[in-house]
Amino acid sequence: MTFVERARSFGAVLGLLIAASGVFFAPSALAALTIEIIGTGAKQIPVAIVPFRAEDGLSQKVTPVIGADLVRSGVIKLVDAGGLNPPPYEPQDVNYGTWRSRGADAIVIGSVAPRSDGRYDVQFRLMDAQKQVQLAGFAYTASAAQLRLTAHKIADVVYEKLTGDPGVFSTRIVYVVKQGRRFDLQVADADGFGAQTVLGSNEPIISPSWSPDGSRIAYVSFEQKKPVVYVQSLLTGARRPVANFWGSNSAPSWSPDGSRLAVVLSKDGGSQIYLVGADGGEAVRLTRSSSIDTEPNFSPDGKSILFTSDRGGSPQIYRMPASGGQPERVTFEGSYNVSPRHSPDGKAFTFIQRSGSRFNVATQDFATRQVQVLTDGALDESPTFAPNGRMVLYATEVRGRGILSAVSSDGRVKQRLVSDAGDVREPAWGPLLKQ
Amino acid sequence: MKRFRFGLLGLNIVILAALAACSSAPTKEQSGAAVEDRKPGGPPTVVDRPPVVPVDPATTRPLSPDQIGSAALRDPKNILSKRSIFFDYDSNLVKDEYKPIVAAHARYLQQNGGTKMRVEGNADDRGSREYNLALGQRRADAVRQMMQLLGAKPDQVETVSFGEEKPRCNEAAESCWSQNRRGDIVYQGE
Repeated sequence: MTFVERARSFGAVLGLLIAASGVFFAPSALAALTIEIIGTGAKQIPVAIVPFRAEDGLSQKVTPVIGADLVRSGVIKLVDAGGLNPPPYEPQDVNYGTWRSRGADAIVIGSVAPRSDGRYDVQFRLMDAQKQVQLAGFAYTASAAQLRLTAHKIADVVYEKLTGDPGVFSTRIVYVVKQGRRFDLQVADADGFGAQTVLGSNEPIISPSWSPDGSRIAYVSFEQKKPVVYVQSLLTGARRPVANFWGSNSAPSWSPDGSRLAVVLSKDGGSQIYLVGADGGEAVRLTRSSSIDTEPNFSPDGKSILFTSDRGGSPQIYRMPASGGQPERVTFEGSYNVSPRHSPDGKAFTFIQRSGSRFNVATQDFATRQVQVLTDGALDESPTFAPNGRMVLYATEVRGRGILSAVSSDGRVKQRLVSDAGDVREPAWGPLLKQ
Repeated sequence: MKRFRFGLLGLNIVILAALAACSSAPTKEQSGAAVEDRKPGGPPTVVDRPPVVPVDPATTRPLSPDQIGSAALRDPKNILSKRSIFFDYDSNLVKDEYKPIVAAHARYLQQNGGTKMRVEGNADDRGSREYNLALGQRRADAVRQMMQLLGAKPDQVETVSFGEEKPRCNEAAESCWSQNRRGDIVYQGE
């Protein structure tokens, strides 16, 4: 794809998302999450972001969102971009010597121009201060309500050009907020803004899981006074039970092609792993043990499933073929290893490891079996990889309140997403949207 | 079954008898509900018991057999009103002190073949929610298994789990956790 083609198809996706959120999502009664950053990467790339031409009058300025995204990654730091008169908006205006003397390796410039239809043309360029060349440049057409997402998209491009990894600032997260007796399943931007309640209930909601295309969410709701697995469309709001068998139904995990869900059912006794269609139907049994088998998670290639089992006497993580068959144990350190989720490249997984009375986020490499403990909270839960594999989002408790935190996969950068109300838990990081 | 009902539900039977006396045309539900050795559609049987507090017909309504049975389930003096079985940490063993409760409910199910219940398993809140859901399930299954051994039919007892989602107590202490590691018995329609 050329830049222009990518920008156009992005506009189409953008329009779809905004339509969905405007029409079908109930507005959230809860305040947005805000982010605190703790720690930074060892090596940070210095970038100057020049306020875009004509963005001053906008209710949603673009460059502050780009800057906050990049800083949040921990691997980019901002260089002062003020005090230039006139500021550069086009490549020919850039005085590279000035930026090099300020210590910038790269410069982001751009403009916002109102269109006659009420929308805006937003364009930006990423310039290399050393080589004095353009690294990337895109133009977008966005409504006022789309400016924030446009900024995330620009941050994604800048991040990818400078680090080589896809940016995930325009992705979304889902989580559950408990406030009093009320449970809200909420979808928000990856930075916690724009939270929308997609399901509110007076009974618990747990284990949300994104469909691979980001259009649906599977979750467990207790609204029928027992755990039942539902799938809900984010585009239409339609929802249906897909596993509502005798007994308990829980722990949904999507197959990478989006056609099936691995779920945990108790209909034949105990808690065992089955496959059901993404629209429901018959359940095909995958595990046959007299132990607990739960928390299935498909590998990105769809060939295998990680799960938690206590068949060896303590809860440990096992791997089996996606069609069932002989499981192999993959965790050996400690007496409590649970909640496995694959990294996006399938080479590692994140999980919760107990040591003493503490529960912490760890990662393990499949090839080397090397375990790295990433967090030091007391009660960390539900780790979920960012779709670029660079961060792990998880639930933790601070002073008795449930909050979400994120840690870089090297353990160096930590963030807290702080809500001013309720307990936030059960996060799942959504997929990269195909362009 | 009949004797059981007389023993435990004498009060209700007498109330129904009184009801029947108040009504010139007792409903089928009333007549079928209270009494033993009854052919469908037969006359109500007055049970010879000590007098009870009169019931105002204006405040009464016909009861189905299940609802009559549930009076025993609600009577605080009846063991059937005890509905929770508590477990040790990481254990699904029904402790001796709770076996009489499980046995009483198993007997009730055996004697009321059309009655169904759910056993809701629960766990304390440490660790994975889904793993705790499975631990709660295992506790509920243990209660069900004991009930089946004592005569309940498999389809009378559905076991489900709330995991750590329905805590009775929210403090981070063993005294609290022990209240959350339990199985709760809930009859259909309750």
